[in-house]
Amino acid sequence: MPLEDSDDEAAVAGPVSIKILIAGGFGAGKTTLVSSVSEIKPLRTEEMLSEPSMLVDALEGVEGKETTTVAMDFGRITVRDDLVIYLFGTPGQHRFWFMWDELALGALGAVVLADTRRLADSFPSVDYFERRGLPFVVAVNCFDGAKLFQPETVRAALDLNPGVPVVLCDARQRASSRDVLVTLVEYAIRLISDSEVIPAG
Amino acid sequence: MRDDQWFDRNDGPVVRPYALTRGRTRPTGEVIDLLALVSSTNAAIDEFVLEPEYLAVIRHCQPPKPVADLASDLNLPLGVVRILLSDMREHGLITIRPPVRNRLTDPQVLKDVADALRRL
Repeated sequence: MPLEDSDDEAAVAGPVSIKILIAGGFGAGKTTLVSSVSEIKPLRTEEMLSEPSMLVDALEGVEGKETTTVAMDFGRITVRDDLVIYLFGTPGQHRFWFMWDELALGALGAVVLADTRRLADSFPSVDYFERRGLPFVVAVNCFDGAKLFQPETVRAALDLNPGVPVVLCDARQRASSRDVLVTLVEYAIRLISDSEVIPAG
Repeated sequence: MRDDQWFDRNDGPVVRPYALTRGRTRPTGEVIDLLALVSSTNAAIDEFVLEPEYLAVIRHCQPPKPVADLASDLNLPLGVVRILLSDMREHGLITIRPPVRNRLTDPQVLKDVADALRRL
């Protein structure tokens, strides 16, 4: 993708939209995080049936007829008139995988919410963002009654690359959710600074 | 299968979302990004001729608004909104600008974002 970088371009192109994905297994606290830190709105999309069921159902010839409604969490944080952060809670179920590519396109990065009672549920998200090369942080949502794990234990269990930040959070708390996002943005800045010598594009 | 009714009371409104798009499920033209910015062209419009959904879009995109915001505000599925938008673009009623992505690689922009988040 060619990158234009003139100030004129920025001035006429409208506000900068930053997209951050909130991923994680079902019940890991995605909706809770998005609503604690942003102005949340429902966003519906109707999509083709999942790829696995297409294999079974042989939809050839009737493409577009079998749609299913997916509800996503969609949050907006207005930083300034010309800078807005959008949060998208990625649909949790595997059958909505096909939507992730679109959501990930042009995203700044992702938060993978992990529930230590069901750590394996965050494997697919971690795999996805690693494959895509999208910056992500793992936020361990500390539910009441959940055994508290040290971030390093979670890192080892998820087999994360050394640089990937792992933080503990309480998705119900605005300040805590905000800190998770700050960690992600700072991580993205580090990655950019590290690769500064490589021309973008 | 002939006896199968294709809808009943439980299906909700009789006008299904894709009736608005005359059955089409894919927009025409270039792909419309979730965060592409929709602006009205302020073309002269005849309110009695335009579809009410077109008018609603025009009302909602002043000032310009991203596609995802529009879909949420109009309470219509994203797929339906994209088709409406591609039709409206063809009719010269709106313009759709891809999101500004290059600033994402600008550390200063990201530092602004981090600072702003800390102040939340």
